[in-house]
Amino acid sequence: MSAVEEVVTEAPAVEAVPKRAMTLGVGTSLVVLAALVLAPLFVKNFIIFQMTMLLIYGLAVLALNILTGGSGQFSLGQSAFYAVGAYTSAILMEHVGMNYALTLPIAGIICFGFGFLFGQPALRLSGVYLALATFALATAMPQLLKLGYFEHWTGGVQGLVVTKPDAPFGLPMSQDMWLYYFTLAITIGIYIASVNLLRSRSGRAFMAIRDNEIAASAMGVDVALYKTLAFGVSAGITGVAGGLGAIAVQFVAPDGYTITLAISLFLGMVVGGVGWLPGSIVGSAFIIFVPNIAEGISKGLSGAVFGVLLFLVIFLVPHGARQVAIVAQQMLGKLKKN
Amino acid sequence: MLAILRTTAFPAAVVAFVFTSSSALAQKKYDTGATDTEIKIGHIVPYSGPASAYGVIGKTEEAYFKMINENGGINGRKIKFISYDDAYSPPKAVEQVRKLVESDEVLVVFNPLGTPSNSAIQKYLNAKKVPQLFVATGATKWNDPKHFPWTIGWQPSYQSEAQIYAKFLMKEKPDARIAVLYQNDDFGKDYLKGLKDGLGAKSSMIVTEESYETSEPTIDNHIVKLKTTGADVLVDISTPKFAAQTIKKMAEIEWKPMHILSNVSISVGSVIKPAGHENAQGILSAAYAKDGTDPQWDNDPGMKKFFAFLDKYYPEGDRLNSSVVYGYGAAQTLTRILELCGDDLTRANIMRQAANLKDYTPDTLLPGIKINTSSTDFAPIEQLQMMRFKGEKWDLFGDIISGELGH
Repeated sequence: MSAVEEVVTEAPAVEAVPKRAMTLGVGTSLVVLAALVLAPLFVKNFIIFQMTMLLIYGLAVLALNILTGGSGQFSLGQSAFYAVGAYTSAILMEHVGMNYALTLPIAGIICFGFGFLFGQPALRLSGVYLALATFALATAMPQLLKLGYFEHWTGGVQGLVVTKPDAPFGLPMSQDMWLYYFTLAITIGIYIASVNLLRSRSGRAFMAIRDNEIAASAMGVDVALYKTLAFGVSAGITGVAGGLGAIAVQFVAPDGYTITLAISLFLGMVVGGVGWLPGSIVGSAFIIFVPNIAEGISKGLSGAVFGVLLFLVIFLVPHGARQVAIVAQQMLGKLKKN
Repeated sequence: MLAILRTTAFPAAVVAFVFTSSSALAQKKYDTGATDTEIKIGHIVPYSGPASAYGVIGKTEEAYFKMINENGGINGRKIKFISYDDAYSPPKAVEQVRKLVESDEVLVVFNPLGTPSNSAIQKYLNAKKVPQLFVATGATKWNDPKHFPWTIGWQPSYQSEAQIYAKFLMKEKPDARIAVLYQNDDFGKDYLKGLKDGLGAKSSMIVTEESYETSEPTIDNHIVKLKTTGADVLVDISTPKFAAQTIKKMAEIEWKPMHILSNVSISVGSVIKPAGHENAQGILSAAYAKDGTDPQWDNDPGMKKFFAFLDKYYPEGDRLNSSVVYGYGAAQTLTRILELCGDDLTRANIMRQAANLKDYTPDTLLPGIKINTSSTDFAPIEQLQMMRFKGEKWDLFGDIISGELGH
C-alpha cells in the first residue's frame, strides 16, 4: 500500500462534526448567557473567582477545540502558549506599567505569531507525531522561563506578582466581580468570533483538512497555510486566556504552566466533546471542579478517584458533553411530539 | 447636697459600667474562624503531583490536631483542621486558599508548603489581613515584616544554613578551595547567596560554581568536572535524588574533598542508604530537628512524646521520614501560639503572639535550639548544629550555631 493510499483509506483521527452541530441553538445560548451574567450577583467572591477561572480555562479549551475539532490537529503543547500569554501580560503590566486590558491583545498577537511559526515545522507531522512534537514544547517551556537570560524580566523561578485591577469608573463592584464581567465579555467575543470563523470559508477549509487532507488540497485548499493558521488562531486565543489567567491569579511562575496544564486542557476538550464549542465550558468545569470533588472523597487517593471519575465519563459518554446534549435534545423532541 | 451627690454618683456609675463592659469585651474577642467552641485552621499541601511526598506533613498535622482535640482542645476550643491539595501548582494554591478564606472562613492559613505556592498567595493573604502562618519553605524572603506583616516563616532559611557552613569553613579550614554544586532554582540560588554573604570578603575561597537542572537524569559529569578543579571542599546544594548520585559518584572516581551536604538531603533512608553507608562516611551537614532513627533520642522526653503520638494517633506514619518530624514540630508551634492567644482569637493577636516567641522549643528540635521572634524578626528557627555522618547515623558535634541574617 502506498503512502497516499494509506492516508486516503485511514480513518480520520477526529470524527467529522458537521458545522451546524458545533454550536448551541439561539434559545439555549441566551439561557446560558443569562445564567453567566446573573450568577455572580448572588454568590461569594470566591465562587466568582472560580467562575472566572472557569471562563479562562474554557477559553483555552475552546482554542484547542478549534485546532483539534476544527482542523483535526492534536496538541499537547497548549500550556506553552498559555504560559507565553500569561508572561506577556504579567511583564507588560509589571515592568512596562501598561494597562491590563491592553496587554491581552498583545499577548494574543505574540502567541498567534508563536503558534504560526511553530505550525511551520509541525506541518510535516500529523496525528500522534504532532502530539509528541507539541508535547516537547510543553515540557521545554517551564525551563525556558527559568533561564538566566530572561530572569530580569520573568523573575526566574520566583515568578512575578501581578497587581489585580480595580473596577473602572468607580463602579461599585469588587475586583473579583469586575474581573469576572471583563473576562465574560472577552469570552463571549471570542466565542462568537470562533463560531463565525468555523462557519466561514476558512472554517470550511479547516474542516475539509480534518476530514480528508488530500481531498481538501484537490479542492484547492492551501493545506499548509490553513494548518498553520489553525495553529496560530488556537495559540492566540490560548494566549489571551493565559493573560487573563495571570491577572486573575495575580501571579505567574514557571511551575504553574507544566505539562499537567496541557494535559488538563486536552482532557477538558475530550470531556466537553471534541469539535463542540459550547462543550469547552463543560470541559473546563470538569478540570476545575472534579479534582476538588475527588479530593473531598478521599485525600490520599484523590488521583485514583479522579481517574475513576474520568474513566466513567469516557466509558458512559465517550463523546462527552455533546452526547449528553444530543440525548437531552432528543428527549425534549419526544416530549414535544407527545 | 443632694444635687452634689447625684452629680458624683453619675460619673461613678458610668465609670463602673465602662469598666465592667470593657473587661467583658477583653475576655473574648474573635475574628472570622474562631468561636467559643471551635478554631478553624486552613492548610494547603501537595497531596498529589510531583511534590506529593510532602503530603505526609499534612497528614501528620491532621493527626496532631486530632490528639489535641481528644485531650480537650486548646483553651476548651476544638481545632477544625481543613487541609486541601494544591498539587504544587500556584494557580491551584490561589484557588484553594481563597476557598479556605472566603468559603470555609478559616482564622489562619497555616504551614502552606512550597515557595511558588506561597509566593502566589502572599499578596492576597496580606491584603485580606489573614495570617500566613509558619510557611513551609526555606526561602529567605518570608522574613519581611515591614512589607508583609501577615507572613511568617518557621524553619531555618536556606541562607541561614549556608551562613553556618561559611562560618564553619572560615574557622576550620581558612585556606579552603571551595567547589559549589547547586540546583539551578530558587532553592539553590538562595543557598549560594547565603554562602557568599557568609564568606563575605573571603568569597574568593569559592573556586568554582557548577549548577545542574532537576530534569537531568544524572549529574555524574558535573562531579567529574568539579574534581578536575582540584577543590578540597565540596558544598553540595542538591535535593535528595541528586545528593545520593553525588555521594556515589564521588566514591567511584575517588574524589575525597570535605563534603558539606545541605540539610534538605540528610535523610538516611532516602539519600545515604541508596548511596551506600560506606561512601557517606565523614560527610558534614547541619540539623535543627532530632532524627527519629537516632537511638540517642530514645530516652529523650520530647521524642518519647513524639513516638507516643505516632503510636496512638498516626500509626501509619514512618518515623524514618523527616516530614513527620517536621509536621509535628510545626503543629506544636501553632498549638503554642493559640494557647498564648487565650480568648483573644483575633488575627492581629495571633500575629502578635507569633512574633513574640521567646526561647520556645518544640519537642522535636535539637536541645539548645530555640525559637525566638520579634516584631522585626519573622524567622522563628535560625540556629543549627553541625553534624558528621559516622557508621550508620549522624553524629552531632560542636556548639549550636546561629545563622541570623542581617541583625
